[in-house]
Amino acid sequence: MSRAGRRAFLLWLLAMLAGAAVVWSSRFTADMSFFLPARPSAGQQVLVEQLKEGAVARLLMVAIAGGNGEQRAALSRDLRGRLAGMPEFVAVQNGEAGSRDADRDFLFRHRYLLSPAVTPGRFTVDGLRTAISDSIDRLASPAGLLLKPLLPRDPTGELFEVLRQLDPGAQPNSRDGVWASPDGERALLLVQTRAAGADTDGQEAAIAAIHAQFAASAAAAGVADARLQLSGPGLFAVKSRATIKGDVSRLSAIGTLAIVAVLLFVYRSPRLLGLGLLPVLSGALAGIVAVSLAWGTVFGITVGFGSALIGEAVDYSIYYFVQSRRGGLAAWQARFWPTIRLGVLTSACGFGALLFSGFPGLAQLGLYALSGVATAAVVTRYVLPQLAGEHVAARDLGALGGALQGAMHRLRRLRWPAVVLALTATAYLAGERDRLWAPELSVLSTTSRADAAADAALRADLGTSDARFLVVVGGVDQEAALQAAERAGQVLDELQAAGAIAGYDSPARFLPSQAQQAARRASLPAAEELWPRLQAALADSPLAAGKLAGFVADVAAARQAPDITRGDLAGSGPGLAVDALLLPRAGGWSAVLPLRLADGDPAAGLAAVRQALAGSGALALDLKGELDTLYHDYLHEAVHLALAGLAAIVVLLAATLRSPRRLAAVLLPLALAVLFAVAGLHLSGERLHLLHLVGMLLIVAVGSNYALFFAGADGPPDPDTLASMGVANLTTAIGFGTLGLSQVPMLHAIGVTVGPGAILALLLAAIFVPRETGA
Amino acid sequence: MKRFCAGLLLLGLALPAMAAFDIGQLMNDLARHKGGRAKFVETKYIALLDRPLVATGELTYGAPDRLEKRTLTPKQETLRLDRDTLSIEREKQKLSINLASQPEALAFVDSLRGTLNGNRSALEKNYLLHLSGNPDKWVLTLLPSDQRIASLVQRITISGSRDHIRSIEYLQADGDRSLMLIEPLAER
Repeated sequence: MSRAGRRAFLLWLLAMLAGAAVVWSSRFTADMSFFLPARPSAGQQVLVEQLKEGAVARLLMVAIAGGNGEQRAALSRDLRGRLAGMPEFVAVQNGEAGSRDADRDFLFRHRYLLSPAVTPGRFTVDGLRTAISDSIDRLASPAGLLLKPLLPRDPTGELFEVLRQLDPGAQPNSRDGVWASPDGERALLLVQTRAAGADTDGQEAAIAAIHAQFAASAAAAGVADARLQLSGPGLFAVKSRATIKGDVSRLSAIGTLAIVAVLLFVYRSPRLLGLGLLPVLSGALAGIVAVSLAWGTVFGITVGFGSALIGEAVDYSIYYFVQSRRGGLAAWQARFWPTIRLGVLTSACGFGALLFSGFPGLAQLGLYALSGVATAAVVTRYVLPQLAGEHVAARDLGALGGALQGAMHRLRRLRWPAVVLALTATAYLAGERDRLWAPELSVLSTTSRADAAADAALRADLGTSDARFLVVVGGVDQEAALQAAERAGQVLDELQAAGAIAGYDSPARFLPSQAQQAARRASLPAAEELWPRLQAALADSPLAAGKLAGFVADVAAARQAPDITRGDLAGSGPGLAVDALLLPRAGGWSAVLPLRLADGDPAAGLAAVRQALAGSGALALDLKGELDTLYHDYLHEAVHLALAGLAAIVVLLAATLRSPRRLAAVLLPLALAVLFAVAGLHLSGERLHLLHLVGMLLIVAVGSNYALFFAGADGPPDPDTLASMGVANLTTAIGFGTLGLSQVPMLHAIGVTVGPGAILALLLAAIFVPRETGA
Repeated sequence: MKRFCAGLLLLGLALPAMAAFDIGQLMNDLARHKGGRAKFVETKYIALLDRPLVATGELTYGAPDRLEKRTLTPKQETLRLDRDTLSIEREKQKLSINLASQPEALAFVDSLRGTLNGNRSALEKNYLLHLSGNPDKWVLTLLPSDQRIASLVQRITISGSRDHIRSIEYLQADGDRSLMLIEPLAER
């Protein structure tokens, strides 16, 4: 090894060690932040907050099936008792009378600070007369039956005022004293975890605890056929991580094994195999290091892309070993390296275009592949020859090369059939253009259809809305956010009265701002003022003022009572609601007011809300719309990036090849490869999405590596070159093709597009090899 | 022996009359009633209040399970039962309850519905029945057999004539009671 060689090797070794250290301390994640926009709009920011921090993301829905109704109810009670005491859970609800009574007690105790009807006018003689007369009217109705025992302490009906704001449909059905599905066949619970939605480890531990406690409970109760069903964002995150983890190890193993087998077959030398994998390992390491340094966090899916990188990066050492067999290093560097370098650059253009994506997952893939490919090429060029020695003892692939040369000549006859097929495919895709693309972000989700359906069923049983329409207000602190929620609430009250919306929820219902609480407290008269007003108000009433001593005492107590704080709500039903709707965010707090729009035309309802809130700083959102917009933005951007990447490749090739004919000879097979790959995907029933589009760009970026050899200035590829291209193409197709086995839609899409696309690019390049060079 | 024979004879005379009016017969009569409209006056005696509360309005019944109670005074309120859905409309508020998921409310509703459509088994599911009087003037008493219902209502007393219900009295568990007098409106 020369001195320069030794220096290069040492440098490489140092870089690898440093890289290993970076990877060792990297954070890997498989959560959905992969999909969340890097540069969110205000609406998307809300979406991100909801998904990451929101209590909705910490909510698990649990259903108990099997046994009979009483057994299910008993299991539900037992499970609630077991879970409520565990530190993993903030709240466990199953509609048990005990917890419901506790919630009602809370609302009753704090009614004078919570009731929106508490104003100074409420406690004048007229106000008292009206309010008490209304309460007495209610006694005559069935709705008043429950309120009757409370009348002496709450004659103005403040509890009724508090309760009537709440959505009557929000409570699930009840059987045997606990929540149940409408058909009564499943007992239902709602569990809020302490771990945040983005904390997948915490979610996994919480879910495991629920399963363990349920198993113990069912065993203790002797209900053999009891089953637990669980769903929620946390479960999706856990399952998705398991899928990605499984895919990463499985696909990497399959891809590596297949490629190693090919290389062993070609080289028949463990030493060359080891040397050949060196650039690949360097590239994979460099890719992770680059991503880790740039983002701090590496997505599991990014690592999952590794098998494709292996297939692509191993090409360079194959070229080196096979092509330098006859002429040695110097000749290889002179004759082949420029073409390989150009191929590396076109690949870099393709992957590099992804760097500019606002979709973090895509940008990571781009950086990972870009740095991986570049590193592998550099290591092949500068380190590998030093290690391998001047003369590489690669097996003579002349026989393979000769066979390929013969095949290439025969392939050329397919020129016209290929043109006809291309026209057919174009016509076919043009006719199918409305059915090519999947329109929603959910196509990228790893959540299986069955899981999504089970989730929707549980959600419907529990009557929990999917919180699609929201009004979001913000403030520098919790108090400011609550005051903003109260101001927006006044606007929404008017809309509700006018019938424009069916209703809404607000964290300020259970946790009014301190200002609001102070105002309500100030509305309450002292006992010595209240008594005479009460006497006057009840002069003609069937209710004697003398029976209302409890009321006067409660009002007096409420005048002294401290503010309701968030701590007072901990663990209760109202507390769950406040947690879900009042969130910290960067630089302040957000209050979320879920809307129930009137039946019929939700878009019109939302537009009315937007108009009424215009200028107030409140944001009215359709979360599903935001998600769809997000995906649409990603797709739109990906089209631009793909076109930009393509343009960069074309410019690069044009500048290097300096011949329109040779440029056309490289580009035509690539364009046809994309065309055939897309037509094939659609024929096989794949709905195209964002990642298929990226795959198309990669067909051009990766496929050009092969087409370039056919468009070389110095004649057709010789048998050795052909053999190296054949093997390199095979490894690339294996690498990408393996991704096609993935259950992660993103990886799958790239795999099924680029794997066949790479082979098509080689075949078509051979078919359309320029006449004067191929003759 | 003579007296015994006379007793038997008396019994023999009395038996057909009694057999003609037992709960089964009343239920058959009631089941024949296919519906109609009636005025009602409901008086609630509540211990807390110095005077009873009086409400008036209209009842509409359509066999077997549609019932509407429209209170007109002192405040408008509509209570509507359609199969197993009970909806209440009052002061622009609308509330719907699915009775299948609320056994206590269902039992309560069944006391009235079961009587109206003569569904004996529905009544006997939750109540012990006792009938007195004759077809022209009968009184049916319902005593809850279930603890959960007994914690709401002690006794329901329904009186009527032939297939018409004249009054319903609910004696609540806390001693308060309500009496509803029903006056059929002529069919149009």
